[in-house]
Amino acid sequence: MDLVKELLNGSRLALARAITAVESEYDNAVDIMKAIYPKTGNARILGITGAPGAGKSTLTDKIVKQYLAQGKKIGIVAVDPTSPFSGGAILGDRIRMNDLTLNENVFIRSMGTRGSLGGLSKKTSDVVKLMDAFGMDLVIIETVGVGQSEVDIVKNADSTLVVLVPGLGDDIQAIKAGILEIGDVFAINKADRDGCDKLNVEIEMMLDLDSRELAWRPPIKRTIASKDVGVDELVEALDEHFEFLEDSGELATRRQERTRDEIIAMINEQIGRYIADNIVVGDEFNRQVEAVNQKESDPYTVVSTVMQQVLKA
Amino acid sequence: MAEKRIRVLVAKPGLDGHDRGAKVVARALRDAGFEVIYTGLRQTPEQIVEAALSEDVNVVALSLLSGAHNTLFPKIVNLLKEKGMGDVLVVGGGVIPDADIPGLKEAGVAAVFTPGTPTSDVIDFIKANVK
Amino acid sequence: MANENLKAKLAEYEAACEKVCAKFPERKNLKYNRVYTPLDIDGFDYEKDLSFPGEYPYTRGVQPTMYRGRFWTMRMYAGFATAEESNKRYRYLIESGATGLSCAFDLPTQIGYDSDDAMAEGEVGKVGVAIDSLKDMEILFDGIDLGKVSTSMTINAPASVLLAMYIAVAEKQGVPASALKGTIQNDILKEYAARGTYIFPPKPSMRLITNIFEYCSQNVPKWNTISISGYHIREAGSTAAQEIAFTIADGIAYVEAALKAGLDVDAFAGRLSFFWNAHNNVLEEVAKFRASRRLWAHIMKERFGAKKAKSMMLRVHTQTAGSMLTAQQVDNNIVRVALQTAAAVMGGTQSLHTNSRDEALALPTEASVQIALRTQQIVAYESGLADVVDPLGGSYYVEAMTNAIYDEAAEYIRKIDEMGGAVVAIEKGYIQKEIQESAYKWQMEVESGLRTIVGVNKFQVEEKPVEGLLRVDASVGVNQAKKTQKVREERDNAAVEKALAALKAGAADESVNLMPLILDAVRTYATLGEICNVLRDVFGEYQAHSTL
Repeated sequence: MDLVKELLNGSRLALARAITAVESEYDNAVDIMKAIYPKTGNARILGITGAPGAGKSTLTDKIVKQYLAQGKKIGIVAVDPTSPFSGGAILGDRIRMNDLTLNENVFIRSMGTRGSLGGLSKKTSDVVKLMDAFGMDLVIIETVGVGQSEVDIVKNADSTLVVLVPGLGDDIQAIKAGILEIGDVFAINKADRDGCDKLNVEIEMMLDLDSRELAWRPPIKRTIASKDVGVDELVEALDEHFEFLEDSGELATRRQERTRDEIIAMINEQIGRYIADNIVVGDEFNRQVEAVNQKESDPYTVVSTVMQQVLKA
Repeated sequence: MAEKRIRVLVAKPGLDGHDRGAKVVARALRDAGFEVIYTGLRQTPEQIVEAALSEDVNVVALSLLSGAHNTLFPKIVNLLKEKGMGDVLVVGGGVIPDADIPGLKEAGVAAVFTPGTPTSDVIDFIKANVK
Repeated sequence: MANENLKAKLAEYEAACEKVCAKFPERKNLKYNRVYTPLDIDGFDYEKDLSFPGEYPYTRGVQPTMYRGRFWTMRMYAGFATAEESNKRYRYLIESGATGLSCAFDLPTQIGYDSDDAMAEGEVGKVGVAIDSLKDMEILFDGIDLGKVSTSMTINAPASVLLAMYIAVAEKQGVPASALKGTIQNDILKEYAARGTYIFPPKPSMRLITNIFEYCSQNVPKWNTISISGYHIREAGSTAAQEIAFTIADGIAYVEAALKAGLDVDAFAGRLSFFWNAHNNVLEEVAKFRASRRLWAHIMKERFGAKKAKSMMLRVHTQTAGSMLTAQQVDNNIVRVALQTAAAVMGGTQSLHTNSRDEALALPTEASVQIALRTQQIVAYESGLADVVDPLGGSYYVEAMTNAIYDEAAEYIRKIDEMGGAVVAIEKGYIQKEIQESAYKWQMEVESGLRTIVGVNKFQVEEKPVEGLLRVDASVGVNQAKKTQKVREERDNAAVEKALAALKAGAADESVNLMPLILDAVRTYATLGEICNVLRDVFGEYQAHSTL
């Protein structure tokens, strides 16, 4: 396959087109993923999430610059929500990283959540794999932490950075939304604003409440991304977390679990798709549903009938 | 195979800061179901083309009100071709005299939308001409 | 009880109208009432709400006599290509009866790049004149007595540099800085919010602005140090109320910055001026001008404790709405501009620029500019609109609309105060989003036919391309770049280095006023780009973010 060969040879255009094929589930998507799979597993994957307006993109920009200075090659997957009404999206994160555009060691790709069957999580993870196979040392997934699907996306990462900002009044809500529970490192960005100490205490308290016996206590770092303040310390903390993962064997465990989860998700998706394409569109299925409506049958009977069909297929 | 989603890069080359039109178009395209990548102001042709490449867009929509279109639009079209992106549909809009339009089309700009064009015309044109 | 009677009569009238109006659905949903009565200005207090022209709260105008004395300044914004070409246009305008100059600079100049900078590619001389060094400024004002003319410069991020060049040219003409009259736009906040020609982040930008306030209050006392601009906010798509709300919020931020820098409010507030858009809806615009004066007066007196009358007066320059010009049937624009001129004059503007018919297509030709200027002269001398001060004062509709716009703007300002002021509101993208929302709504109204634009979505005709548009030759950029390179070769480069080093040291120390250092640098023929690059090194550059 030429596209894969070109991608592995370092063609940015081939990478871009392979991402499109995979994201849009073109017919060659599975073949592409199969072909590049042996080349994956070398990149470190960092998830960055946080409330809207927390300054994630600006912080990402500054973090990337630190790693570039270390000679790293970096892929960035920036995920923005798709409009549920039109299916369209405005993907505006690049604007904060415009001066990275022409850096040949950086590749930025924006994705809409699209909300298609099978979930964004898998596609994001495939895009990460493509960048990994392309030869990136670090792949960053950046997304707004507003809902469950975005939290899932970040689960594709080795380490997750949660970005918070004082005084948005959504501190407590963020805790409810559960994004605090996925943080390996916390950044309080825009730390020159009022309410920074209060937020710090709140996060510490929340971490104290965690009853699990954890070998890693997530550090909390204060940054002012727009002025490049505190970013080096934040990067140090991220590196420390990655070292911890490697040294403790946690990295291998996490990645094995991720592979397992991915395979299960793919199987579920396949089954779901088979059912969607072959069963629910049939007259037979509609007849059975109607029978349930007429109280001549029940949903449980229908499910076991369908499952028998699926297992035979 | 899932449906093809049209991806559009809305870009402002040159130095003018008038982004009312670019933003209105970006939003109308979003509402028409496109994925829109907005680059913001003051983008060089090189930056625009690199963004178009890594985002693998189908369309590059350029907005320029300063009068620098005759220099910058053709440069962007040529750079796209050089990078193997000759199949990308390039459209432009802004304060552009009629007399300049034939030259821009010859340079590879597929359509030029002048002030007063409804966003629905832009959407229809893209849908009809995107490859 | 009179009111009860009136209410009953009004209800009768409305009922009678319903039947007819039902036949005109597109006229039904206008945001205004069908008719206005004393009920709409309940509690109206002439002395408190209006008072006399030239008296607090200045609703009726800032001067007692208004145009019964001198007409407004007819100030035509011009500038293109090179300093030589623009100098010719300025002399032509003065001969044609223009009473003030207004300089348009090209985009590289506005963003602090020299003409030979890679970022300037294709832009040199396009939307205004290219100024790289003092040399260009000397040519621009050659043969024009800076002691007599008043000059307005649309320059923001590098305003201090262009003002310094102007002062230096005057020195060479033998005109002292204290005699100079004019305005620099110098309004950086609306650049972040709407116009886009920013360079530095907000904090150092605000410092440059307060440095100018301070320097001018001592050395250039007749200079208007800022023109706080709603014009571009409106052009970006805001409503009338948003235009004055966001602009006055910006004004509050400038006053606060100056107070924080230790200036006395009455020492600088009198030199603050404003810049409004004259849009299509004539009476709404008149109400907007009146509401803005009353609002600013209240804020200056009540919030900032200003004592001098001049500190409370909202003096305003106006330009007709560029975004309302159509590329279709361009001659229709002459009529639009005439109506917008009427609005600005009945609104009591201090100076006015009228746009030309062909500006939706290109920079205007000399002939088009003449019609635009004649439009002002016809309104001034023939229409009678300038014969009476605040001719619409007391109209039920205009008074009710003035109150409504005042209230809407005051509510926005309250919200922005709550956020922490205009700088924070802009950093959060609040102001940008509000403007974009209005712009999108307008566009959708036009596209759905709810709003008619003659020649655009109704009454269209087949047209031939407009001929004879002004073209700026591409060679302008090349020649200008060469000229600047020559300046660099011929000047005393040791002196330039020294001045730039001093500027850099000053920039790093927040307590230093940068104006004298910039003035020293321009005198050595250090270029605009060189000066701005020194400041970029110290201050950094502003990074915009998406507010879509």
